[in-house]
Amino acid sequence: MMKKLIIGLFALLPSLTMAAGPSVPLMDANIDLKDNASLQRGAKLFMNYCLGCHQMQYQRYERTFRDIGIPTEIGQEQLIFDGSKVGSHIKNAIDKDDAAKWFGAAPPDLTLVARVRGTDWIYTYLKSFYKDESRPFGVNNVVFPSVGMPHVLQELQGLPTPITEEVEEHGHTVTKVVGVETDGSGEMSVDEYDRAARDLTNFLAYVGEPSRLESEALGLKVIGFLVILFILAFMLKKEYWRDVH
Amino acid sequence: MSNAPVDNGRRRFLTIATSVVGGVGAAGAAVPFIASWNPSERAKSAGAPVEVDISKLEPGQLIRVEWRGKPVWVINRTPRMLEQMKEHEGQLRDPASEEPQQPESSTNEYRSQRPEIFVAVGICTHLGCSPSFLQGGFGEKVEGTDDGFFCPCHGSKFDMAGRVFQSVPAPLNLEIPPYTFLDDTTILVGEEKGVA
Amino acid sequence: MFGKIIGWIDDRIPMTRVWNMHIAQYPAPKNFNFWYFFGSLAMLVLVNQIVTGIWLTMNFVPSAEGAFASVEYIMRDVEYGWLLRYLHSTGASAFFIVVYLHMFRGMIYGSYQKPRELLWLFGMFIFLALMAEAFMGYLLPWGQMSFWGAQVIISLFGAIPVIGDDLTLWIRGDYVISGATLNRFFALHVIALPLVIVILVFLHIVALHEVGSNNPDGVEIKRKKGTVAEEDKPKFKFHEYYTNKKDIVDAIPFHPYYTVKDIVGVVGFLILFCWVVFFMPAMNGFFLEAPNFEAANPLKTPEHIFPVWYFTPFYAILRAIPNKLMGVVAMGASIVVLALLPWIDRGSVRSIRYRCGLHKLNIAQFVVTFVILGWVGATPQTDFKTLLSQITTVTYFMFFVLLFVYSKNEKTKPLPTRLTK
Repeated sequence: MMKKLIIGLFALLPSLTMAAGPSVPLMDANIDLKDNASLQRGAKLFMNYCLGCHQMQYQRYERTFRDIGIPTEIGQEQLIFDGSKVGSHIKNAIDKDDAAKWFGAAPPDLTLVARVRGTDWIYTYLKSFYKDESRPFGVNNVVFPSVGMPHVLQELQGLPTPITEEVEEHGHTVTKVVGVETDGSGEMSVDEYDRAARDLTNFLAYVGEPSRLESEALGLKVIGFLVILFILAFMLKKEYWRDVH
Repeated sequence: MSNAPVDNGRRRFLTIATSVVGGVGAAGAAVPFIASWNPSERAKSAGAPVEVDISKLEPGQLIRVEWRGKPVWVINRTPRMLEQMKEHEGQLRDPASEEPQQPESSTNEYRSQRPEIFVAVGICTHLGCSPSFLQGGFGEKVEGTDDGFFCPCHGSKFDMAGRVFQSVPAPLNLEIPPYTFLDDTTILVGEEKGVA
Repeated sequence: MFGKIIGWIDDRIPMTRVWNMHIAQYPAPKNFNFWYFFGSLAMLVLVNQIVTGIWLTMNFVPSAEGAFASVEYIMRDVEYGWLLRYLHSTGASAFFIVVYLHMFRGMIYGSYQKPRELLWLFGMFIFLALMAEAFMGYLLPWGQMSFWGAQVIISLFGAIPVIGDDLTLWIRGDYVISGATLNRFFALHVIALPLVIVILVFLHIVALHEVGSNNPDGVEIKRKKGTVAEEDKPKFKFHEYYTNKKDIVDAIPFHPYYTVKDIVGVVGFLILFCWVVFFMPAMNGFFLEAPNFEAANPLKTPEHIFPVWYFTPFYAILRAIPNKLMGVVAMGASIVVLALLPWIDRGSVRSIRYRCGLHKLNIAQFVVTFVILGWVGATPQTDFKTLLSQITTVTYFMFFVLLFVYSKNEKTKPLPTRLTK
């Protein structure tokens, strides 16, 4: 009863903090940190499409492989492209100043992006690029307006076109992008791309907090133990307090 | 204390049970604090095996590599060095390498996997200084032996297999690390493949 | 043998005497309820913070270049480092939860009233030191919120006339928050303030044991010598330090009765605490704010800056007032009035149980006010919320004004002569 009440109270908290979000509703990433196959596909996508510009400078290859069930030798061969040692951090050789010139700002480190932005945001972001000739890379993003990076997964998804809607805003009618629709030119079907976006989000969520599963497994044991101790302590208290009552 | 009827047996039992379970909890709570002192992933990564390219290692030459922060020597011993090693065995403390200062694969007369290539941790077993390689100048220290190692700190002497001479402070032969020949010109120092 | 060792020690340091005086033969009112858990829980959390804090310093790098990375090093590379860090970060919030509840207990049962004014003041000093400790600790991870939160709070000192600007410069040691600020905050956070807090806690307990604990009825258990009949005296042995001066009613020895009871409270608390630590250490952005997972960047302010939840009620008072200096003054005053509670409340009946209906309403509105202020201070400002924060700032101070007025000739219920259940 008490626990339900507390869970209920905590469930109310997000409604307080998430007051300021992006203008479009986020899609549910629905990730599963226990799904190693998904994490491995996500890792592969990251190494192939993201690592060129974005680092994970606090996370090591070896630990990542171990946690998501990739044998070290296979990881070394198939997921480390720059000959780094397996114990090193997931980094690239991009020059920060050059990158800042090309993209307007240096590509942010992605180790903790899932903790900064949240997984739903990342999932929505990956699915929200659309064609916009006015932008330097020819694309824009619904949840990240004026985004500074190209749509690197374009070969997989194709180039989506925007779905627009006329909205009243401060007395003016403005055209707003509310969603995207793919042009079907990518290698993947819509479902396959959704899965890829989910896998990548899942991997980023894992890297954001690699201790999550270990924490929950240990937490169950600790709380189970404490419940037993609580019962004993409670009986002990009752026993002693018979003197008082 | 109380005059009320007290069930002392029950009270005792509960006190002991709570204390024991609470004690187990306290011990469990100490685990993360103790475990956090173990080498971290960074330390382990820095202590990972090191690959050494020996394709350019001339006969008689010594190269130093760093493994776990310690100097590791790789020497290409000349036939003359190997020969002379047999001559002074009577002056050594542990000529047959009976002390466990080397992996199984190096427990032989040369203290190495291949006779000419010698790999050793270049740290004196006395107090941790790094001995100097006296190539051709070791005769001053031990007559009849041209090459060897001399520790500048307290004068310990070792031969070309890292074996310690008698009547010096160092008690043991130099340590041989685990290593593997990945191929004829590459050694992996720090790990012996095929050995658990 | 054991007795001999004890005797040897007792000849040299008053171990047994202190144990008896303050634990085994310390008279505690027999009617402590739920609200009386929070003192011992605060002590527990203090120990947790000190121990996990010491362990964190073993790997933390107090420099602008290294701090953020060293926290991630602790979270990823150090064995159980994530657990040590979450215990410490969750402990910070837990500290304020138990301390706020502990203070609220003092308010509803009038524990600040004569003769416990100094006890209350020591408590307020602990609260102040704790706020400084938490504020400085929050800078150390060197995330965006650490940086900009500290920037905002330190700028508050700039509101002080004449010396303000020089003062902020002096506190920072630089023109912006920098490595110099980080290093001095680190020194204060790990050495100076913990020392101050431990000393204040010691004095808090010394003061408590001198005057004795209040209780939910607010009726003294220590009576004038000779006024209590022999059959009304408790059947327990209390230390003569207390019985020589006073006759004692309705008391029980702290040990074993309250030690075993506090263990129940401690374990119950730990269940909730561990649940947060292991399953939701960020507490949806309340205990660990999302922007703080991004390294501090002096050139980019996060979209919304809020202090951590435990500061937000006071922060909301600051924001409610459109004038910077007056805002700072109001925020300071909101804490000072709390410290002055023993003199603002002019009544002689302590417990809410026997006080007038208006007092109950007043306390209820104060709770609502405090929660609303906390919520307003933790969310982006809107016109409505600005108005709301202004209203609640008024009701916050109104609590004290009303209390001062009605407590003088308050219509109270008759007090019981002995403690009720």
